Amino acid sequence: MNDSEMMLEETAVYLEETAATDAVIREPNSYICRSFTRSSVLLTRTHLNYGVKGDVAVIRINSPNSKVNTLSQELHSEFMEVMNEVWSSSQIRSAVLISTKPGCFIAGADLNMLNACTTSQEVTQISQEAQKTFEKLEKSTKPVVAAINGSCLGGGLELAISCQYRIATKDKKTVLGSPEVLLGILPGAGATQRLPKMVGIPAAFDIMLTGRGIRADRAKKMGLVDQLVEPLGPGVKPSEERTIEYLEEVAITFAKGLADKKITPKRDKGLVEKLTSYALSIPFVRQQIYKKVEEKVRKQTKGLYPAPLKIIDVVKTGIEQGSNAGYLSESQRFGELAMTKESKALMGLYRGQTQCKKNKFGAPQKEVKQLAVLGAGLMGAGIAQVSVDKGLQTILKDTTLPALGRGQQQVFKGLNDKVKKKTLTSFERDTMFSNLIGQLDYRGFEKADMVIEAVFEDLNLKHRVLKEVEAVIPDHCVFASNTSALPIGEIATVSKRPEKVIGMHYFSPVDKMQLLEIITTEKTSKDTTASAVDVGLRQGKVIIVVKDGPGFYTTRCLAPMMSEVIRILQEGVGPKKLDSLTTSFGFPVGAATLVDEVGVDVAKHVAENLSKDFGERFAGGSLEMLRQMISKGFLGRKSGKGFYIYQEGVKNKNLNSDMDSILASLKMPSQPDVSSDEDIQYRLVTRFVNEAVLCLQEGVLATPTEGDIGAVFGLGFPPCLGGPFHFVDLYGAQKIVDRLRKYEAAYGKQFTPCQLLVDHANNPNKKFYQ
Amino acid sequence: MTSLLTYTFKNLPSTSKWALRFCVRPLSSSSQLQAAAASQTKSKKTLAKPNIRNIVVVDGVRIPFLLSGTSYKDLMPHDLARAALLGLLHQTSVPKDVVDYIVFGTVIQEVKTSNVAREAALGAGFSDKTPAHTVTMACISSNQAMTTAVGLIASGQCDVVVAGGVELMSDVPIRHSRKMRKMMLDLNKAKTLAQRLSVISKFRLNFLSPELPAVSEFSTSETMGHSADRLAAAFAISREEQDEYALRSHSLAKRAQDEGLLSDIVPFKVPGRDTVTQDNGIRPSSLDQMAKLKPAFIKPYGTVTAANSSFLTDGASAVLIMAEEKALAMGYKPKAYLRDFMYVSQDPKDQLLLGPTYATPKVLEKAGLTMNDIDAFEFHEAFSGQILANLKAMDSDWFAQNYMGRKAKVGSPPLEKFNNWGGSLSLGHPFGATGCRLVMAAANRLRKEGGQYGLVAACAAGGQVGHRSLIGASRKLFS
Repeated sequence: MNDSEMMLEETAVYLEETAATDAVIREPNSYICRSFTRSSVLLTRTHLNYGVKGDVAVIRINSPNSKVNTLSQELHSEFMEVMNEVWSSSQIRSAVLISTKPGCFIAGADLNMLNACTTSQEVTQISQEAQKTFEKLEKSTKPVVAAINGSCLGGGLELAISCQYRIATKDKKTVLGSPEVLLGILPGAGATQRLPKMVGIPAAFDIMLTGRGIRADRAKKMGLVDQLVEPLGPGVKPSEERTIEYLEEVAITFAKGLADKKITPKRDKGLVEKLTSYALSIPFVRQQIYKKVEEKVRKQTKGLYPAPLKIIDVVKTGIEQGSNAGYLSESQRFGELAMTKESKALMGLYRGQTQCKKNKFGAPQKEVKQLAVLGAGLMGAGIAQVSVDKGLQTILKDTTLPALGRGQQQVFKGLNDKVKKKTLTSFERDTMFSNLIGQLDYRGFEKADMVIEAVFEDLNLKHRVLKEVEAVIPDHCVFASNTSALPIGEIATVSKRPEKVIGMHYFSPVDKMQLLEIITTEKTSKDTTASAVDVGLRQGKVIIVVKDGPGFYTTRCLAPMMSEVIRILQEGVGPKKLDSLTTSFGFPVGAATLVDEVGVDVAKHVAENLSKDFGERFAGGSLEMLRQMISKGFLGRKSGKGFYIYQEGVKNKNLNSDMDSILASLKMPSQPDVSSDEDIQYRLVTRFVNEAVLCLQEGVLATPTEGDIGAVFGLGFPPCLGGPFHFVDLYGAQKIVDRLRKYEAAYGKQFTPCQLLVDHANNPNKKFYQ
Repeated sequence: MTSLLTYTFKNLPSTSKWALRFCVRPLSSSSQLQAAAASQTKSKKTLAKPNIRNIVVVDGVRIPFLLSGTSYKDLMPHDLARAALLGLLHQTSVPKDVVDYIVFGTVIQEVKTSNVAREAALGAGFSDKTPAHTVTMACISSNQAMTTAVGLIASGQCDVVVAGGVELMSDVPIRHSRKMRKMMLDLNKAKTLAQRLSVISKFRLNFLSPELPAVSEFSTSETMGHSADRLAAAFAISREEQDEYALRSHSLAKRAQDEGLLSDIVPFKVPGRDTVTQDNGIRPSSLDQMAKLKPAFIKPYGTVTAANSSFLTDGASAVLIMAEEKALAMGYKPKAYLRDFMYVSQDPKDQLLLGPTYATPKVLEKAGLTMNDIDAFEFHEAFSGQILANLKAMDSDWFAQNYMGRKAKVGSPPLEKFNNWGGSLSLGHPFGATGCRLVMAAANRLRKEGGQYGLVAACAAGGQVGHRSLIGASRKLFS
C-alpha cells in the first residue's frame, strides 16, 4: 500500500473513532454527578469533582457543555489542585481517576489551546507544564488508578499512563491511542518517554507512528492497561451508568489493594516479551531498530510528513540520553511540529472532517428504514455492504442471477474479511448479511424509503431505470443516482417528482473510501437532501454536498489533471516515472495507476463528456490515447492490462510493453522549461487546484472545507497539503498563480487561473480559512 | 431472544399418608372424579379452561443427580434415561402399552444416540410401536419435553405421554477437527491407492487438534459463568450475598435429603458399582470457606465462584403425564394439574439469564393469579447471582418500566416459599433433566405443605427461558 494512502487510512480510523464517540454522545446524557455515600470532602469544580470513599479519593471528570472531555488548561489546573489535596490529606491513601462522561475518558488535548499559540515556544511551554504535572503524578506515593471507559486518546492516554494502574472497560467505545501523528504533531506530555518503557520500543513506535486506536483487550495484552472490566447489561439502572459505577467500584478495590501492597502494578511478562526486552537492552539491537523504523517511515511518508521522524528522534533521545534529555526534546519538537504547514493542514482536515460528519440539513421527515440498491456491480454491492453492516434493510437488485450472485458474494466477502480480522464475529456477520435481500424484480420496492441506482453510466439506461422505479415506489421514496459524471438534472428530466431526485456519488471501493459526494439540483428538496445526508452518515461516510453540474466537484477537479497526465505521457514521461512523481508529491496512488484503477473506458467516457461542456479548459492530452487503449482491450486493472499488466498473485506490476507503440504514435515534443520534475508535479496539481477554486467561485462548492475534504478523501489529494484550499492558503495564492501563468504561456488557456484565485493572489490577506 | 414457559399446575393430593406412598391408587375412580369436580368449586379458584382437557402429572421420578465424573461416568446417556424410565414404570405401575408417546429433552447430544428418547424407551422395554422423540432447548429441554406432552394431550393426539430429560456431563462428544473429518471423508471416497495417497498427503499435524463442544453462547461467544458474573454486577449483587444464597440452597437440600423429602428419587443400580440412592452434590459449607474461593470466570475481581454456581451433573428424570379423565379412569390419584405455561426470550448477551423475570408476570396474568396466590416457587438455580438478579429485577419498577413494558414491578417471590428443598446449586443440574425435577419438587411440596398453586421457572442458554406455573388443589378438599 502506498504511504500517503496509509496515512489517509489511519486518519480515517482515528476520525472514525471520534465519530463513534460523537454518536454516543448524541444520546441524552443521564450522567450527573452522583452523590457520594461516604464522602468527607465535596467540592464543586467545573471539570472535576472529587470525594472520598473510605481512604480512596475518587476523582470524576466531566467537562460541562461538551460531548467529550479534553485536556484543557482549566481541567489541567483543577486536576493539579485536586491532586495536591489528595497528596496532603492524611486520610487518603490512594486515588481513582474516572470520567463520568459516557463513551469518553479524555479524548485528547484541547486543540484550540494549541491553535491559539503563535510561536513554537508557547507550545513547548504548554508541553513542559503537562510534563511536570504528569511526572508528579507518576512519582505519586499514593497509588492512582485510571479507570477508563470510552476514548482515551492523546493527552488522555498520556495522563492514564502516568498513573500507577489502569483499568479499562472492554467496550467497543473504549479506545486507547496516540493519534497526534495524524495531526502532524507528537505526543507532548511524556508519552514518547513512558510508552517505550511500558510496552516496549517496537509497540511504542507502532502506537505513536500509526496513531491507530487500540481496543481494550489488545491494550491489556500489550501491557497498556492492567485490568479489563466487562461492560454490563441493564440492571436496576441503565447499562452505561451502571457500567461506569461498576468500573469505579472495581477501581476502588484495586486502589485499596495497591495502597495495601496486596496488588503489585508489575505485570508478569511472557517469555517472548522477556526475550525482546533483553534484546533491546543491547545498544546495537536498539540502533538497528531505530534504523529499520526510520527507513520504513521514510519510505512510507516520502519525507512529506515531519512528525513521524521527530517521534523516532525523541524516543531515541530519551532512551539513549536519559529522560531529562528526552522530555526536553519532546517538548521542543512538539513546539516545532505544531508550527509546521503539515500540522496546520492536517489539523484543518481534522476539523473539516468533523464538520462533514454532521447533517446541516437537519433530520429528515421520514427516516430511511428500507433501502434498495439497483445494480449489483462493484459500486452497488459496495453501497449495499456499508448499509447492511449498519443495520439498514437493503434490497440489492440486478437483472441477471450471475450478476446478482457476484454482488452478494462481494458483500459477504467484505463482511467475512472483517471476521478474519476479528473485528466482527461470524454471528454478527450472519445477522448483517441477513439484512440483504438479493432479487431480480421490483418486489418490495413499494416499501422502499430510498432507492440508490448504481447501474451503468448511460443516460438512456438511467432514464429507463428511473421510470421503472417511479412506477413501483411510494411517494415519499427518494431516488438517488450514483454517477460520477452524468448531471443529475439531466437524469431527473424524466422524473415525475424531480424534488425527490438527488445524486449520491460514492467512491470505489465503497467500503474503504470515506467520501460521499451528494449532488443537489435546483429542484431537489431540502428534505430529500437531509435524507440522503442522513443515510450517508449512517453508512459511516464523510459527506460533502455540492451543486449539480458536469462532473460535480470531484470528477470535475480530477478531469483536467487527468488530461494533463495524458499530455505528460505523450511528452515521453513513462508511466513509472509519472507514478513516482505523483506519489512523491503526496498522492496515495500514482497518476498512471489511477487511470488503470478507474478504468480506461470510464476515464474516456468522463473526459469526452466533460470536454464537451468545458472545452479548452479541459484540453491538454489527446483522448486518442484512451481510445486506442480501449480498442486494444487495455481497460486497466479490470481487464488485466492498462499501462501496467495485472496478474493474480503477482505483487510487482510490470509495464505493459504493448503500450509503447500507442505512446510512440501519439508522441509530442516536450518543452524543456516546463518539464522539470517539479514542473510536471505542479502542472498536475495547479490544474487540480485551479479547477477546485473555480468550483467554489461558481458556487458548485458551498465551502472551502467541503472542497478540501472532497479532494483528500475522494481523490487522494495529498493530506499533508490539507486539500486544495489549505494548499492555496499555506503555499500562497501568488505562487500558484505565477506557476499557472508560466504554464499558460507554454500551453494555453487550460492553465488560465480563475478569478477567485487571482483575487487571492492580489490580496495576501485573503484566505480561504481565516 | 428468550422464551419462557409457564405452566399452571394443580395438585390433586390425597391424604398425607398417601402422599408419601407411591403406587397407591384409589379403588374407585368414579368417586374420585366426583370428589375432584366437587372440590374444584370450593377451591380458591379453578384454572380449568372450557373446552380444554385437564392435564395431570400422575407422578414423576429421577435417578440421583451426581457430580459428573462419579458413579455414572462409564455409562451412556441412554443408560441414565432408561433407568429413569424403569423407575417411572415401577413407581406408577403404568402398563407400557398405555403410553402413547415419549419425549425426552437433552442438551449435549451423544451422536450415537441422537434420538435418546427412542433408544432409552426401547431399552426399557416400551413397545416398539410407541413413538419417541428428543427435544433440545438448553437448560429447559425437559420443560420443553413436558409442554410438548401437554400439547399432544390437549390437542387430543394422545392420552398418555412420558416426558423426561437426561444429561451426562461425564462424557461429551469431542470431535476430530473439521479438516481431519474432511480428510477422513475424502479418504472414504477415494477409490485407488493413488487417490488415497493424495488425500493422505494433505494431512497436517494441526488436523489432530480436537474440537470440544462449545461452552460459550454461539451468538455472543460468552460463557454462561461470565454472563452470570456480569449479570450479578449489573444488579450490584455482592459476593457475600451470592455465597449466602448458595449456602441456603445447600442447607435446605441437606435438610430435605435428611428428612426424606426428595421422594422423587429412585435408586439406580449402576452396573459394576454400588446402587446409587441419593444426590452427591449437596455439601453445605461455611461462608468463611466459601469466601476463600477465587472467582471462576472474571478474574481476579469477579463474584461468581465454584461454590455459588451449579456444578456439572449427570442425571435423568421422567414424568408420566395424562389427560385427567384417563388418569382417573385408570384409577390414579394424580399429583398435580399442569396448567398455563409460557416461553419468552430476550437479548442473549445482557439478559441471558433473566427469563424468569420476564415470564413470571406474563404467566400469572395468563392464569389470572398474583404472586400472593402462589404457594410453592421452584426456580432453576444456575448461579446464585442469576437467582438474586432475577429477584431484584422482579422487584424493580425501573426494570419493569424500561425493559418489560410494564407499569410496575410484579414483585419478587417470598423466600420462605422459594426452592425450599434445595435447588440446582445444591442438588445438581443435569441440563436436560432439571425441568422435570422442578415440576416434581413443586408438586411434592404442594402436597407436603398443603399449598394449592406452584410456579416453576428456569432460564436457558440462548436467552430462552422456561417458566411454568404449577397450580395444585388444596389437600383438605380431598379429605
